[in-house]
Amino acid sequence: MQINLFGLAPWVVFFPLLGLVINLLVGKTLGEKFSGGIASLAVGASFVVSVLLALSLAGDPQMHYVRLGDWITAGPLSVGWVFRVDTLAVTMMLVVSGVGTLIHVYSIGYMHHDVRHNGDPGRYTRFFVYLNLFIAAMMVLVSADNFLMMFVGWEGVGLCSYLLIGFWFEKGADGIGNARAAKKAFIVNRIGDFGLLIALFLIFATFGSLQYDEVFAKVMQISAINSPVIVLITLFMLLAVTGKSAQVPLYVWLPDAMAGPTPVSALIHAATMVTAGVYLVTRSNPLYSAAPAAQAVVAWVGAATALFAATIAVAQADIKKVLAYSTISQLGYMVAAVGMGAYAAGMFHLVTHSFFKALLFLAAGSVILGMEHGEDATQHAAQRRAGKGSKKQQQARAKEQFVQGALVFDAEHDEQFDPQDMWNMGGLRERQPVTFWVYLIGALALAGIFPLSGFFSKDEILGEAFRLQPGIFWVLLVAAFLTAFYIGRQVCLVFLGKPRTEGASRSRENPSVILVPLVILAALAAFGGAINLPGVQSLEHWLEHTIANLEPGQFSLLLAGGALLVAGMGLLVAWAVYGQAPLAKAQPDPLRRALGPLYIALEHKWWVDELYDRIIVRPYKGLAAFLSSGVDMGVIDYLGDALARLTASLADALRRLQTGLVRMYALAFLFGAVVVLAFLAFSR
Amino acid sequence: MVPISWYIGLSITLFTLGVMGILTRRNAIIIFMSLELMFNAANLAFVTFALYYHALSGQIFVFFVMAVAAAEVAVGLALMVAIFRTKGSIDVDQVSSLKG
Amino acid sequence: MTSGQILFIFLAAGAVLAAIGLLFSRNAVYAALFLVVNFVSVAILYLVLGAPFIALAQITVYAGAIMVLFLFVIMLLGAEKLQVGEVYPWQRPLAVVLGMLLFGEVLYLAVFRGGLNIPLPAPEAGYGTPNGVGLELFNHYLLPFEVTSVLLLVALVGAVVLTRSGKIRGRS
Repeated sequence: MQINLFGLAPWVVFFPLLGLVINLLVGKTLGEKFSGGIASLAVGASFVVSVLLALSLAGDPQMHYVRLGDWITAGPLSVGWVFRVDTLAVTMMLVVSGVGTLIHVYSIGYMHHDVRHNGDPGRYTRFFVYLNLFIAAMMVLVSADNFLMMFVGWEGVGLCSYLLIGFWFEKGADGIGNARAAKKAFIVNRIGDFGLLIALFLIFATFGSLQYDEVFAKVMQISAINSPVIVLITLFMLLAVTGKSAQVPLYVWLPDAMAGPTPVSALIHAATMVTAGVYLVTRSNPLYSAAPAAQAVVAWVGAATALFAATIAVAQADIKKVLAYSTISQLGYMVAAVGMGAYAAGMFHLVTHSFFKALLFLAAGSVILGMEHGEDATQHAAQRRAGKGSKKQQQARAKEQFVQGALVFDAEHDEQFDPQDMWNMGGLRERQPVTFWVYLIGALALAGIFPLSGFFSKDEILGEAFRLQPGIFWVLLVAAFLTAFYIGRQVCLVFLGKPRTEGASRSRENPSVILVPLVILAALAAFGGAINLPGVQSLEHWLEHTIANLEPGQFSLLLAGGALLVAGMGLLVAWAVYGQAPLAKAQPDPLRRALGPLYIALEHKWWVDELYDRIIVRPYKGLAAFLSSGVDMGVIDYLGDALARLTASLADALRRLQTGLVRMYALAFLFGAVVVLAFLAFSR
Repeated sequence: MVPISWYIGLSITLFTLGVMGILTRRNAIIIFMSLELMFNAANLAFVTFALYYHALSGQIFVFFVMAVAAAEVAVGLALMVAIFRTKGSIDVDQVSSLKG
Repeated sequence: MTSGQILFIFLAAGAVLAAIGLLFSRNAVYAALFLVVNFVSVAILYLVLGAPFIALAQITVYAGAIMVLFLFVIMLLGAEKLQVGEVYPWQRPLAVVLGMLLFGEVLYLAVFRGGLNIPLPAPEAGYGTPNGVGLELFNHYLLPFEVTSVLLLVALVGAVVLTRSGKIRGRS
């Protein structure tokens, strides 16, 4: 049966927008349940529309579009608000709205605790407004029919990322740390956006249009006359991809972005926004196919990032930082895949990664909540032991703790008790069993263990790499080993053994509103491989309708087995180091002794941030200071002041004419008369 | 016969002398008298041309000039008396309150 | 040199010398008297120019009324000797220079470019007599005439108002 509901396409954007407007207007007054519910419903509705669009496409896989109106018509430039419904766009839509809905539901419970822990319950609604705005922007990005509309979405998700990272803007190191992280994300992304803008300008100048089909139709023709410009376009796009999808060298914002609440990390920095770069390359595949040199660069950037980030993840102590670098590494896999032309493999991994990485982040959030609860319980117990005191004292203490909750929390965060530090955890398998099991599923999927989804997607990429670019294959294989190792390390440190702090020992499992989305994601992470099983290749066939030059995925049993072996070895080594003899609190990381100075480099993220600070940030700030005080104040302001002073002194001088003496004025008359007469006398 | 240019020359001379009187003297009354001299010079020119063009309106104009000059002198001298009462002097250089 | 020209030169010299005398006299009364001489010379010139009415009006009004008024005010104000010392010493020389310039320019314009070296015709009989002037005045210039009379009234009232002393004003 043919379903033809393509006209619904704009609603993927409008439902979240509606949700955010309702929340803006009445959300705060109608309470938490309402805000969270409306927001989740909005995204859920968006998901339903995406499903309907997918079903419509199933019967008629050609590209459809829904035109809403004109945006810019200026001379040769004509850009409209046009929604594109094709297999690639719908794949993205499903991922974004599906995972998004689950994360919205999770956030209802998570943010309820978080706003209380940070001492500002009124901020609850704001979170959902931002989340809905993000979904709307992401939908604009993936459903755009032309580069400029996509850029609107691109910028929009960057904005929402900034807003959400800095959600607790007054918190963080020195009371400004979160704001700094948000600023860093925005600025680094801006550098990428600069690349994208240059690429768009070049596209328009070369092709005369910004609409996808019009541009792609002309690629062959243009590349025959002027292929360097296409290389330039694709390389500038790559700059944008490194920014948005956190590749080398612009990945530095993503670890800092972990300062935002955990659902934000899950949604934006794991499942959706960061995949926008991969989507961009996939969408622009005709351009990349015409520039093989650029493609090679893309692939190697991805591979290098995959390995680089994996090495850093091995030595991190913060639970979210490990996942952040893991994200960067997995994005590297995706970028490498699309760089090699294996678009189906890349998109497959994009989908499965969104499942298990969102799962891991949300489960980590569950762990953190448990730890925070444990710490609160520990404090209460300590107070009880210290003596109750009078009721007034108790109330005063409680009030102070609530109001100062943030400060006390932050002080603890930095020095006394960090609920995100894995070295404070341990033994949570008994305390939070559901969280443990879903986390395990996510970890095994990430490592690429059969039969979970990660196995199929990662192995497809490895298979393609071996066939097309063996060098990249070996790099990715080493990264796969490291991936298994660090995630195994994490599971051992967090869940196995005995609790290393009292807070950990008092942690407890979280309510259903948090656990249910986790379970659903776990199921997706476990069985998600089904969308592109070897032999059947459903996703690949689905995407073929949109992507012309798709490298067909070939499944090699030998390769798959080899990769599985490597992953298994990684997990085994991790178990040997961390799981077998679980560590107590004071014990240092065994790797520190094993790797020595290398470990220090890994722990310090290869000092990349420090390097950037030294060679870019400081000179830039120096330049800004020079321009501000030297040029702006010194020259421009000086000119303005000088003009004013000149006028004043001129006035001062001219004032002397007003002598008040009649005879002087009469003299002036006479002078004027003489001049006029002279003119009359001698000019005719 | 006397050419017109002689009369005009005389008129110009008297006029210039009147101008110099205004610009050079500090006594307000003398300045007024120089002003009368200037009027006089202009009247002379008018009458000369009245004869040359045989247009009596020149003389009529002199008539009016005289009347107005009389009125103006009356008022001006009254002003001067009032200023003298305030300032105690008729030196025009003393009347410089408009000095900026 | 005709007799008319000699007469003219004589009268002109008189007028100019009297003007110079006005310019340079330190005593205000002397200055007023010099001005009277100037007015009388010019009045005689008017007679030569065929304007008897104007000539006599000049003597009556100007020399007779206006100069007398001047003399009254001079006497009233004491005709003081002003202290020496100029505020701006460069003002006098500059005035002289500009005056010379003005004189030169106007002379050039009027005499050498105006083409006025034509001798004046002799006035006909009855030209400029009170009869003639009166006819002209009341036939063609009646409105200005009436307005002038109002003007004189205004001047009269103004002069009276301006010279009233403060004490009298205060009482009423």
